[in-house]
Amino acid sequence: MSDIITVKNLCLWYKSVQALKSVSMTIPEKSITALIGPSGCGKSTFLKTLNRMNDLVPGVKITGEVTYDGTNIFDPGVDVNELRRNVGMVFQKPNPFPMSVYDNVAYGPRTHGITNRVRLDETVEKALRDAAIWDEVKDRLKKNALGLSGGQQQRLCIARALAVKPQVLLMDEPTSALDPISTSRIEELVLQLKENYTIITVTHNMQQAARISDMTAFFLLGELVEFGDTETLFSQPSDKRTEDYITGRFG
Amino acid sequence: MKKRLLENIVHGVFLILGLITVGCVLLITVYLVVSGIPAIREIGLTDFLFGREWEPTGDDPKYGILPFILTSVYGTAGAMVIGVPVGFFTAVFLSKAAGGKLRTAVGSAVDLLAGIPSVIYGLVGMLVLVPAIREIFDVPDGASLLAAIIVLAVMILPNIIKVSITALDAVPKEYEDASLALGATPTETFFRVSVPAAKSGIAAAVALGVGRAIGEAMAVIMVAGNVANMPSLFESVRFLTTAVASEMAYSSPGSLHREALFSIALVLFLFIMLINAALNFFLKRRKGE
Repeated sequence: MSDIITVKNLCLWYKSVQALKSVSMTIPEKSITALIGPSGCGKSTFLKTLNRMNDLVPGVKITGEVTYDGTNIFDPGVDVNELRRNVGMVFQKPNPFPMSVYDNVAYGPRTHGITNRVRLDETVEKALRDAAIWDEVKDRLKKNALGLSGGQQQRLCIARALAVKPQVLLMDEPTSALDPISTSRIEELVLQLKENYTIITVTHNMQQAARISDMTAFFLLGELVEFGDTETLFSQPSDKRTEDYITGRFG
Repeated sequence: MKKRLLENIVHGVFLILGLITVGCVLLITVYLVVSGIPAIREIGLTDFLFGREWEPTGDDPKYGILPFILTSVYGTAGAMVIGVPVGFFTAVFLSKAAGGKLRTAVGSAVDLLAGIPSVIYGLVGMLVLVPAIREIFDVPDGASLLAAIIVLAVMILPNIIKVSITALDAVPKEYEDASLALGATPTETFFRVSVPAAKSGIAAAVALGVGRAIGEAMAVIMVAGNVANMPSLFESVRFLTTAVASEMAYSSPGSLHREALFSIALVLFLFIMLINAALNFFLKRRKGE
């Protein structure tokens, strides 16, 4: 497995508050990396740095390097829209656009210049199939996406992200707003997606991290405390703080 | 027991206060219909609405208000053609792209524009716009439909901008984040996600602008020349509103002329009702979303 993202000494400040303290890690391709840690530990901030969604927060300052596809994503020459096309994102709360199921999925490809009807249809169908929601929505593609259930909406959002053919998929607690059945469907889906995509997911749920991820990173107060193979991290954590957290002594 | 009595009294007082508003609307409607119908009956509905000549004081008086109707419609439409794009893009800019200080500055300018009395719009139009039109287009008199359109366009700007901004600000940030995360640029995001999500609010803003423009009398009376011509961009024209406002004083009480003015008011009232219905339709759709 080769590495797809390399993070070196990443620091981030919101105004004067330091949210990330010299984080370094390498993320292997076509794997699932889980980011865990208590609320406010910087895991979501770290995730949003990888596709530069943090740029939108006023007063943010970033130092260090994130190398994706051979270039530092903070280089002035980097096309941030192109970066976000390659590094897709699924949000905590399902956020389909208030338009039809089809238009939701077609939004990304259309934005990137695909207008051919046949190609669009193919792209939309493939994305919906890949997100394991095709059978549920194939008869209601023209209906408003807000009529779907929460779990369906989230899988639709995954389909929407897949439709622009990213390499990496960032997921920010994708199941925290969902019921257990929808959650397990998303987990199954994520395991399937690993074949073709690199997935980095933030989760509050340690069982989920243990169930689905290959690598786990434990964040605490903006610091990356421990990063390694999921099985090792959960069975033999090398840091006392990790052990305390995963055994439920705090957090 | 005492509490309950107090509740009932308060309830009753509020009910009466509410009914005052309803009563006013009903009174105006009934009064306009009752006083507007006789003239229409006497002149004939078709002659009244579609007659091209208005000469109430001539030897052979004519009571055709088509010039007024068309002037009001064209004037309003013209004001929308200018005011809607400018207002819409200003609203998108202020709501989505402008930074804190710029937004505050432009926002207060818009508020100020909304607070200027229409007689001042008319005054500035009369002293600046009318001579300018005369010079630029080399016409004998600058007081024209064009002058009225421009003044109306500026007058409706704050309404369109403010209502559109409210609608655009209410678009959940999650939609915009999702679009940006798909690699869309901010501009693509505003026009392909934010604006469609706010479309019923923006439609309401436009309807409000139409209502304001078609109902305005003071500003247009000062810049439109007030002659009952069929509308033409560089000619003096008279609107439905200005016909009533300017002739009421010299029409003799009880004459057909005065009664016809009531009928004009009734026509104007029906236009406003129609626009209000459209506005309610858009606002309801917004709630239903």
